[in-house]
Amino acid sequence: NNLMKGLPLLSLLTWMCAVYFVGIYLFVSGFLLVRLEVNRTSTCGDVLEPGEEPVDFCRVQPRFRRVVLLIIDALKIDFARFDPSNTTPRQFENKLPVLEETVSSWPSHSRLYPFRADPPTTTMQRIKGFTTGSLPTFVDVGNNFASSAILEDNLIHQFGQVGKRVVFMGDDTWESLFPKKFYRSLPFPSFNVKDLHTVDNGILQHLYTTMVGNDWDVLVAHFLGVDHCGHRFGPDHPAMADKLTQMDGVIRSVIDRLQNDTLLVVMGDHGMTDTGDHGGESQKETDAAIFLYSPVPLFLGSMSQSEPDVVPQTDLVPTLALLLGVPIPYSSVGQILLPLFPPHGQTEGAVGGLSQLEALWINAKQVNRFLETYSSMAKDIPPDSLSQLKDEFSRLSSEYLTTVREGQLPSPELAASLQAYLTSVRDTCRATWARFNPFKMGAGLAILAFACLMCFILSELSTVLIGQNGPGMKALVVMGLTVVVTVAAGQLLIQGYVEVAWCLAAAAFSSELHFLWRAHRSRMSAVAKNGSKAPKWVSWLTPRRLLIPPLLVPLLRCASLLSDSYVIAEGRVVTFLVFSLALYIPIHLNWNGLLLPPSHDPLKSAGLLPSSALSPSTVRKESSTLLACLGLLISSLYLSLSFHSCREEQGSCQPSPFISPLSRLQDSQLKNLHYILSVVSLAIWTYLLRRCLRHYGNLNSSSGTVFTARWILPLLSVCLGLHWAVSATPEDSFRNLTELISLAQLALPRAAFCLLGLGLFLIWLDPLTVFVKTKTGASARSSLPPRYRASTGISPQAELHHLIPQIYQRMCRSLDDGELSVGSEVDGRPAVEAYGLGTVYSAPLLLFCGLLGIGLLLLHPEGMALSFLLLLLEMGFCTLLIYSHLVLPSGGFNVPWTPIVLWSLAATQFFHATGHLPTFPSIQWGAAFVGFPDGHIGTILPGSLVTLNTFAAQIMFAVGCPLLLFWPLVCEVRGSRGGKAFREEGEDAVMEMRLRENPQQFSSALLQLSTRYLFIHGAQVFASVCAAAILRRHLMVWKVFAPKLMFEASGFLVSSMSVLIGVTLVLRVDQAVGCWFKRLIPDISR
Amino acid sequence: MWDHEIKAMASAHAIIASSIFMATVVPAVLVPGFSVYGAHLLWLYSVSGAVTVASVGVFWLLGVTPPSKKHTLGYKLSRFFRSCLYFILSCLFFHTVVVLYGAPLIEFALETFSLAVLLTSLTTLRCLCVLGPNVQAWIRVFSRHGAMSVWDTCLQITVACTLVGAWVGAFPIPLDWDRPWQVWPVSCSLGAMIGFLTGLVAAPSWIHYHRKQLTYKCK
Ligand SMILES: [Zn+2]
Ligand SMILES: [Zn+2]
Repeated sequence: NNLMKGLPLLSLLTWMCAVYFVGIYLFVSGFLLVRLEVNRTSTCGDVLEPGEEPVDFCRVQPRFRRVVLLIIDALKIDFARFDPSNTTPRQFENKLPVLEETVSSWPSHSRLYPFRADPPTTTMQRIKGFTTGSLPTFVDVGNNFASSAILEDNLIHQFGQVGKRVVFMGDDTWESLFPKKFYRSLPFPSFNVKDLHTVDNGILQHLYTTMVGNDWDVLVAHFLGVDHCGHRFGPDHPAMADKLTQMDGVIRSVIDRLQNDTLLVVMGDHGMTDTGDHGGESQKETDAAIFLYSPVPLFLGSMSQSEPDVVPQTDLVPTLALLLGVPIPYSSVGQILLPLFPPHGQTEGAVGGLSQLEALWINAKQVNRFLETYSSMAKDIPPDSLSQLKDEFSRLSSEYLTTVREGQLPSPELAASLQAYLTSVRDTCRATWARFNPFKMGAGLAILAFACLMCFILSELSTVLIGQNGPGMKALVVMGLTVVVTVAAGQLLIQGYVEVAWCLAAAAFSSELHFLWRAHRSRMSAVAKNGSKAPKWVSWLTPRRLLIPPLLVPLLRCASLLSDSYVIAEGRVVTFLVFSLALYIPIHLNWNGLLLPPSHDPLKSAGLLPSSALSPSTVRKESSTLLACLGLLISSLYLSLSFHSCREEQGSCQPSPFISPLSRLQDSQLKNLHYILSVVSLAIWTYLLRRCLRHYGNLNSSSGTVFTARWILPLLSVCLGLHWAVSATPEDSFRNLTELISLAQLALPRAAFCLLGLGLFLIWLDPLTVFVKTKTGASARSSLPPRYRASTGISPQAELHHLIPQIYQRMCRSLDDGELSVGSEVDGRPAVEAYGLGTVYSAPLLLFCGLLGIGLLLLHPEGMALSFLLLLLEMGFCTLLIYSHLVLPSGGFNVPWTPIVLWSLAATQFFHATGHLPTFPSIQWGAAFVGFPDGHIGTILPGSLVTLNTFAAQIMFAVGCPLLLFWPLVCEVRGSRGGKAFREEGEDAVMEMRLRENPQQFSSALLQLSTRYLFIHGAQVFASVCAAAILRRHLMVWKVFAPKLMFEASGFLVSSMSVLIGVTLVLRVDQAVGCWFKRLIPDISR
Repeated sequence: MWDHEIKAMASAHAIIASSIFMATVVPAVLVPGFSVYGAHLLWLYSVSGAVTVASVGVFWLLGVTPPSKKHTLGYKLSRFFRSCLYFILSCLFFHTVVVLYGAPLIEFALETFSLAVLLTSLTTLRCLCVLGPNVQAWIRVFSRHGAMSVWDTCLQITVACTLVGAWVGAFPIPLDWDRPWQVWPVSCSLGAMIGFLTGLVAAPSWIHYHRKQLTYKCK
């Protein structure tokens, strides 16, 4: 029934986390657009027309042999238009007259269209868009998560397949997207936005000479100057005029050098806003320009034919593919640009060209094939529109085939309906993939905001809520379920299908409101019960209460998530904040007059200071302990800075040498040094844990936990050390031992995993570390009843009350190293000694953390052992600091904000100090292969290994969170201030048993601690969600903010799970202690 | 109650502030190409020197410094040398703290040390002037009931303002704006200076408005 007592606590926390998860899920599903990549490529055989004799499509003479693609980054359609009537043009207007001149003088050779991009309008996504013909999303789920290379079928790949030589020059993004795909490539750095000319001048040095040469078929030149000029100065700036004029000259020179078999495409990848940025979905950002020109007539149809108003960017892919005679890339959803193809029956004018209808047919067939493949892989396209599209295609295809077979002249309606089919496919896909969903984003934001508020209220009202028979979890759950069913039924009635996201949103929201209402009510009743004692709503939310430094620091941290520079420098920023908070502690103590011993001036020590009762020597000792801890904390913080890794945005940064695995080190001496350092750190880690447990007498009994500490922990360390040694051995050094080494590489980590599992299981199974020893007195008068018989006859509750202090009294004397008590029994009666009862809660938790830490270390590069040791030390110093910070325990066991903030920021800080970064390329994929060198079959196991590796720091700190609650009680025994105060009240030091005496306060303190921890992490998630939502058209959104959001959200997920694990473990210990007492009392005293 | 002292404090602060002003203007006239950003170290030294001279002079004239018990020359000399020692130690202390806060360890050592000198001359020097070379007293002053005169309260306010200013001054450094004042340690020293000037204004006015509530046990 002890666990039952913990049940409201656990369920409340679980519900809290669930609400957060729903909020995150809603936002992310509205913000991150996900599409599956189809890993299939088109081949020349695919495009055969049925009914005719087989012809190799790629062998047929295409309309054009060569193409020049001039991409002018951020060439907005407004820049390309020319208005002669505009006498006072702005800086960006009328600067590209060449386009208008060409169009008006050779109308059948050239056209200028608006070229509409699909959001996100960032360069990399756009390049993906107009080479694959697909609609890129943030997460293109495929097998290239770690690298940015495009593995989906694309134009460049198809050009390569048919042997066209692709020459590329310009923005080096292309080089990372298409590594080794170019015949020749001249990439120039694109990173520095302030640099307007490097890329452009680099291209211009080579462009013309390449063009006149004959060793190319496709020439891609990507100019960046206009885009960078926009970012730096905005469009309406003289620099932009200069840049556009330069581009005008470039286009002129290229046109002059064009040959008859070459097509020229000048285009922008996206537009820009009035401030020169892009990334979002406003028309200013999406509408770029496309200009097509050829020295031979290009537009053969009659001028009366309908011209498109706007050309979607996806349409470039099939158009170029068919004009150049390559198959359309597999996943393209574009449709051909019809005016570029001659109408049926007029193909004679163009050599080897396809007629409009033929091209449309090939296009439609390819799109239909893609749609079938995609819908068999993913279910995100609504099924009713999918079946509609299928029916439409089969109707059109039978109509087309009969037309061709009977040799009739096709009706113009057929072309129109083929076009309509292609358009509706694209619209369906776009609706599925390429739109932010503002409603879901808004709902997610609202739920998260309320969740943070709730978390805060819960932490402030924990006593009231736990005290009043739980916060009504049943009502919350019933409420949530009712709302889910209602909303689902409503959706079924109205829409015909259920959208899970909205059901969850409604449930979360209603339960939040219900909770707030309940909290309000219970506070009211609390106020009614004990007058003004309960906190008031208003009094929490005043700036005076909220702007204290421990809350100011997380506020700053959250604010820093809104700036890309701070996110990039996150590791240092968090260290700075942790350091500031650590320094705040002694300053705050001194401000309260607790750091220095009170002066001996009788006038001043007249009871003004609460600690004046303490002797100066105690104060001095405590202060020096505090300062020493602080110094060590700060130095471990500072040292941990040297384990940071580097983002690509941090130009001059050098990644830590400890991040790369030992096997990559060449210098054998250095290798040995690193190995020894790592092993020594591991040994210190193990030693410290065991020393700590032994110090508090937790290694005496024969329980599972003690077995773990005695045997499994050292064995695990040995395993890890051996594993490092084996994996660092160069492969060619022991040829005859190769098999043994590979066996060891497999067996050692697996053995470590098993040991870890066994250890954790044993801790869970038998968490008690108490050793009871009944000792007879020296005079051996054992016939006398033991002392605690005195309480016989009283209720068990009271008995418990008497028993515990007595056990403690004995135990205190025998604390150090579990030695037998030195003091002789005064009355010679037998006494009970319970070793390790004082740390009965923290010992298993500490051991759990320690084991877990070694397990997580296994997944890291060897050098991280040092960093993990620093982590352990920092955890220790943090807890020590808190204890000093809590000068006088005031009634409950509440942990103040400062240590919790310190603790949770330290988690983020060590995320960086273990070599991680919130970017996808920095994920340490090697962790998935620890113990599985040959790879995996499924995805769950490697996924969880990588998750454990990435969020190791979050896991450690979250699981260890309850230590913050226990430590002040543990320290009580050391003749401390708190202990002194208690002893003077005539009580015994009972350390953590104090928690058992006040189960109500215990659970409320535990609740408060975990909700405060969750609040700080939740606030960070909320801040990064806000950043992603507000800055969704920022230049850095897909590079900085979106990955940060993903990491923050998954970090929160992992942290909250770990908090739950930690709390559950504490409750399990509580239950075990309860059972133990039950066994003890009847056995001895009845 | 302390009208006289508040007036004295205000005028002392005015003198110190004007010395900072002079330390900025005079080199601008004398040294060609001088600017606060461009020749930042020079500005730092000139300001530190000016503040040092002005503070020592003003506090000596006002007689705030606790009178030494013995009047022998030797005692005075030892007091002077201890003050100098504390000054240097304080520079080293600030240097260490700034490095721990994330300043580069080797690369900009001179810049960091100059910032430490500035911070010392804005904070520690004041402590030396008001309290004498007595670290215990310094630590005591910065507690809720530690101030024993208007000057102690004033010291609390100015030192806190200066340090908070320097702390806030570190915020713009990571931003990618590429401004001249983001170069290490310009923003921090400017922050400290602005904080100090704020403190100079804030201390007398705060004391003036709270003179009813202020009670000092001694004095
Ligand atoms: Zn671009
Ligand atoms: Zn751009």
